[in-house]
Amino acid sequence: MERIYLDNNATTLVDPKVAEVMEPFQCRMYGNPNSLHQFGSEVHSYMSRALDQLYAGINARDEDDIVVNSCATEGNNTVLFGVYYSLMREGSKKHIITTQVEHPAVRETCRFLETLGVSVTYLSVNKDGIVTADDVAAAITDETALVSVMWANNETGMIFPVKEIAQVCRDRGVLFHTDAVQAIGKTVVDVQDVPVDYLTFSAHKFHGPKGVGGLYIRAKAPMTPLLHGGEHMGGLRAGTVNVAGMVGMGLAMELANDSLEYELTVVRRLRDKLEAAILKLDDVMVIGNSDLRTPNTILVSIRGVEGEAMIWDLNRFGIACSTGSACASESLEANPVMVAVGADKELAHTGIRLSLSRFTTEDEIDYVVSEFPKAVARLRAISMSYAAKAARHIL
Amino acid sequence: MAKNTLLGGSLWAQYSEEVNRRMANPVNRGEISEEEATALGGELIVADFGAESCGDAVRLYWVVDPKNDKILASKFRSFGCGTAIASSDVMAELCVGKAVDEAIKITNLDVEKALRDHPDVPAVPPQKMHCSVMAYDVIKKAASIYKKVDLGSLEEETIVCECARVSLRTVQEVIRLNDLKTVEEITDYTKAGAFCKSCIRPGGHEKREYYLVDILRDVRAEMEKDALRVSLEDESFATMNLVRKTQAAEEVLRDHVRPLLARDGGNVELADIRDKDGAVEIFIRYRGACAGCASSQTGTLQMIEGIFKEKLDENILVIAV
Repeated sequence: MERIYLDNNATTLVDPKVAEVMEPFQCRMYGNPNSLHQFGSEVHSYMSRALDQLYAGINARDEDDIVVNSCATEGNNTVLFGVYYSLMREGSKKHIITTQVEHPAVRETCRFLETLGVSVTYLSVNKDGIVTADDVAAAITDETALVSVMWANNETGMIFPVKEIAQVCRDRGVLFHTDAVQAIGKTVVDVQDVPVDYLTFSAHKFHGPKGVGGLYIRAKAPMTPLLHGGEHMGGLRAGTVNVAGMVGMGLAMELANDSLEYELTVVRRLRDKLEAAILKLDDVMVIGNSDLRTPNTILVSIRGVEGEAMIWDLNRFGIACSTGSACASESLEANPVMVAVGADKELAHTGIRLSLSRFTTEDEIDYVVSEFPKAVARLRAISMSYAAKAARHIL
Repeated sequence: MAKNTLLGGSLWAQYSEEVNRRMANPVNRGEISEEEATALGGELIVADFGAESCGDAVRLYWVVDPKNDKILASKFRSFGCGTAIASSDVMAELCVGKAVDEAIKITNLDVEKALRDHPDVPAVPPQKMHCSVMAYDVIKKAASIYKKVDLGSLEEETIVCECARVSLRTVQEVIRLNDLKTVEEITDYTKAGAFCKSCIRPGGHEKREYYLVDILRDVRAEMEKDALRVSLEDESFATMNLVRKTQAAEEVLRDHVRPLLARDGGNVELADIRDKDGAVEIFIRYRGACAGCASSQTGTLQMIEGIFKEKLDENILVIAV
């Protein structure tokens, strides 16, 4: 049976070239980089090269910092707690602005900070699935210390206007953080063009290894380490550096940027091909304008077909994707993103996310195009309202 | 937290083969028409439960023989996840051949057991148990339509945990009888909260009318009040604090003394209470006709003291001031 992976917004295949550069650091070059002997020092040049690749990847300046850490969740927590300890705990600024559609790594951390006395505004998305710079500007008060808005949404793929939001924050003297995990390798991420103060990313979202990520900190932006201990990462993050992960992430970042044109043309064409085939079905809705989305993502609602049942049925035929529908998540409430962008409550329980990568092939998309309608038909045959409506020819 | 909860796990790996089989091929899916029902010699019942706007819905078709209330045929359609589909499929099957009153007794626990490959191994992961509850609810709905009664009349108890079918009364009783202090203890005793966990506290998969944390808090508060009441009732007059002594003395005056004095136009009020040398001195002040009565310092006073001794304590001295 074919086995086709269309869940790349969850995690990606490690590029074989990345796996190859990581291999020596498992069994042969395993020295602790902080050790003075040859075993330790021999890995330094590789770590330096990896850091260069990361700096180049997002166009950071030498005086800025990129802290290599374990994941974007750690990066997001470091920013939010760092700002809390440096600005909010003792000072008068006790307000954070974020969105209702952030990853839990931001949203739940904000909820925790609320228990420590921080006031948080959770902006809702508009019918395009984004928040605008005007939304952010209207929410900023004299007490606002930080704005945290994602670069691209993991469910819809919608790219947020981070350049305009960052500029608003800069003009108002408010720090700006963006969670860019879904943006690297799918759109240009340039911290000189977009004046962010903090930016987080995670290697496994762009064909690097799991368990390693990065936090960009603009020069002079407040920074309090989340992990205290040794003087690793210049004292900004204690803990022995994951050398293999760092080296892998460096190359993965370089490859992601080298592949950006491919992603924006070939991957997008495959995505659009699949999307067009899905839209030929009756009563389906694709969320968000395809020009404003990351080139690999489709979030589709299929009336009469519950999201998790669809995932399960596609999985039987070797197709892996994911659902943002409620049954598989924490709550049975309708997905707020989908409601915001125009899905009614019934449709908001039917979301399927298909996310491609540069490793997705045309043959795979052709197979999905042939199988997808069959799964829809199978589940609509069980569906109570859809079968009844079909019988009465009212569709 | 235990080791097996640290990693989580693949949801689908926890489904039984039977669940997988019925998800892929729900043999009882479909509809029954009026003509088909008539051909079978029964009455067609169509019941809906849930709503697609809530994420889950099921429609149950029954053909019921009006002579003996037996369900002759049963089919379903649904809008829900794989667990909801498999549960609805087996639920429809379990109904066939049963009288309507027997079918009402089929719970989601029966449905889950019927989906097991092995008697001791659950058919679905705990967090998916709530997806099987609709199967139980729609049977009730179908029965209420057939019996032409209100749905609520078939629900004998208020259910707190839909997954484990545990009632509010059971939870309250088990807390009281076993002096339970934590939600985990309630789960150990009743299985309430062991599955999807929505009933434990707000913020779970679905909103609930009752949450275990609130029931526990309220029952514990009632238990503490009861304990205080019992301890006060059992307390001797001599060991009561001044407030309780005053209350007890006021009660004796109200219930036993004033009615006697009132016959002659008299009255009395409590002036003070003091402990002295192991005894209790109760100071009273006469009112009405008693205020000027000659016997108020002799016979009447002895009578009042006697009543206090009888009702409260032998070591009471009553002093008129």
